[in-house]
Amino acid sequence: MRQSLNEGQLDLTKILKDMGEEVGKILQGCMQTLLSLDKDQADFWITEDQRVNDYERQVDDLCVRLIATQQPVAKDLRKIISAMKISTDLERMGDLAIDIAKIVRRIDGPLCKPLIDIPEMAEMALGMMRQGLEAYAGENMGLAHDLAEQDDKVDSLYKKVVRDLLLIMTEDPENLDQGMYLAFVARYLERFADHATNIGENVIYITTAGRQDLNI
Amino acid sequence: MGQSISVRDLEAWYGSNKTLKGIHMDIALNNVTAIIGPSGCGKSTFVRCINRMHETMPGTKVKGEIILDGVSIYDQDPVALRKRVGMVFQKPNPFPSMSIYDNVVAGVKLNGMTQKHKLQAIAEKSLRMAALWDEVKDRLNYSGMSLSGGQQQRLCIARALAVEPSVLLMDEPASALDPIATMHIEELIRQLKADYTILIVTHNMQQAARIADSTAFFLNGELVEHGPTSDIFTNPSDKRTEDYISGRFG
Ligand SMILES: Nc1ncnc2c1ncn2[C@@H]1O[C@H](COP(=O)(O)OP(=O)(O)OP(=O)(O)O)[C@@H](O)[C@H]1O
Ligand SMILES: [Mg+2]
Repeated sequence: MRQSLNEGQLDLTKILKDMGEEVGKILQGCMQTLLSLDKDQADFWITEDQRVNDYERQVDDLCVRLIATQQPVAKDLRKIISAMKISTDLERMGDLAIDIAKIVRRIDGPLCKPLIDIPEMAEMALGMMRQGLEAYAGENMGLAHDLAEQDDKVDSLYKKVVRDLLLIMTEDPENLDQGMYLAFVARYLERFADHATNIGENVIYITTAGRQDLNI
Repeated sequence: MGQSISVRDLEAWYGSNKTLKGIHMDIALNNVTAIIGPSGCGKSTFVRCINRMHETMPGTKVKGEIILDGVSIYDQDPVALRKRVGMVFQKPNPFPSMSIYDNVVAGVKLNGMTQKHKLQAIAEKSLRMAALWDEVKDRLNYSGMSLSGGQQQRLCIARALAVEPSVLLMDEPASALDPIATMHIEELIRQLKADYTILIVTHNMQQAARIADSTAFFLNGELVEHGPTSDIFTNPSDKRTEDYISGRFG
C-alpha cells in the first residue's frame, strides 16, 4: 500500500542522511583548518557548500512532488514538511561550519591558547546532528528528547569558553582579536547544536503532532 | 434554515446481515458533514436511514432513534419527511421521460403546487442554485437525458433543492463527474450550507477535506471517529482513521 509514497519517504531519509554526512565533512574540515590555521585549506572549504545546496534543492523538489502527486495527510504530511525544515537546518549548519573557515582566514597565528573545549563542542555538535537524523529515520522519540540534554551541555561549554576567552583577553590586550574570533567560533558551534536540536523537535512533531521546545 | 440531526444507537439490517451496529452521532445545523469509509462499511445505508428509505426495502429492519430538529423521524409521515430531507444519489437519475423543466418541478408539483408562474420561478431559482441555469435556460423542454452526466447530476441537485428541504443527503454526488463539474458541485455545497444541513458520502478524501466542516469515519458498520475535518486529516485520534486517510488501509 502507498508504495510510491513510502519509497518517496525513504528517499527523503536517505537524502537527508547524505546531506548530514556532507555537512559533517565540512564541519570536520573547517575545524581542522582552525587547528592548523592553514589558510589555503580554509579557502578550499569556504567554497564547499555547493553539494549541500544541491541536497537541499533535491529535498525541496521531492517534497513538492510528493505533496502534489500523493496527497499525503496526517503523519505522512508532517514527515514531508519536517524533511523540508530539516534540510533548511542542515543547510544553515553547513553555512555555520564554513563561517569557521572564514574566521580562520582572519586569524594571525599562532593561537594564544591550546584549543580543548572548542574541538569538544564541535564533536558534540556533530554527534547531535547525526543523532537528530537517526531519530528522524527511525522516528525515535527517545533519541530526539536526548538532544535537549546534549544541547544543555553544549550551551554550558559555550559559556565556559567565553569566560575563559574573556580572561585571556583581559590578561593581555594583544589577544583581543584572537579572543573575539574564537568566541565567534564557539558561537557558531553553539548555533550548530541548536539546529541539531531543531531536528529533534521535528521528530517529536512527526510522532505526536505536538510541538515541544527542546532548546530551553 | 437547516436542521440538526441526532442519531442514537442506530442499527440497520438487510435480512440477517447487520449493516449498522449502533451509530451514535450528532450532525450539526448548517454544516457540511462528510462520511468516509471503505466500500461496504454502511455509508449509503446510514444516509438512507435518515430519510427512511432504507426501511422501504423488503427484508430490512431498523432500530434506534434519529431525531430531526427535536422530533423523532419515526413519528413523522415518511413522505412529509422526505420533503424536508432531500437526497442526491451517486448516479444521476433524472426522470427519463421528462423534460429538464419537468424534472426540476416534479417534486413541487407532487406536493400540490400548480401555479405556472410560481413553478417557473422555482425552476429558475433551483437551476441557478445548482449552477446549471445558464447551460439549459434555452432548452428547458429538452429531455433530461439529453444532458451530460455532470449536467444531469446538477439537474438532480436542482430537483432536490426545488422542494426546499432543510437537510440534503448526498451519496457520492461527484463520483462520476470531471474535475470542473466536481468543483462546481463543491462550490455549490459551500454556498448551500448557509441554508441547509448537508451530509455527503464521499470516497474522495481531498473532497471531504475541502468541503466538510466535520468528518465521520465509518468502518464495518461502526462509527470509528467523528470530529472537525481539520483534526481528522491532520491528527486523527484513532489509528484506523489514520491508516484509512493515508491510504494504508488493509
Ligand atoms: N440491497 C441490499 N441487499 C443486501 N445487502 C445489502 C444491500 N445493500 C447493501 N448491502 C450490504 O450492506 C453493507 C453496507 O452497504 P452500503 O451500501 O451501506 O455500503 P457503502 O459504505 O455505501 O459502500 P460503497 O462505498 O461501496 O457505496 C454491505 O455489506 C452490503 O453488502
Ligand atoms: Mg454507498
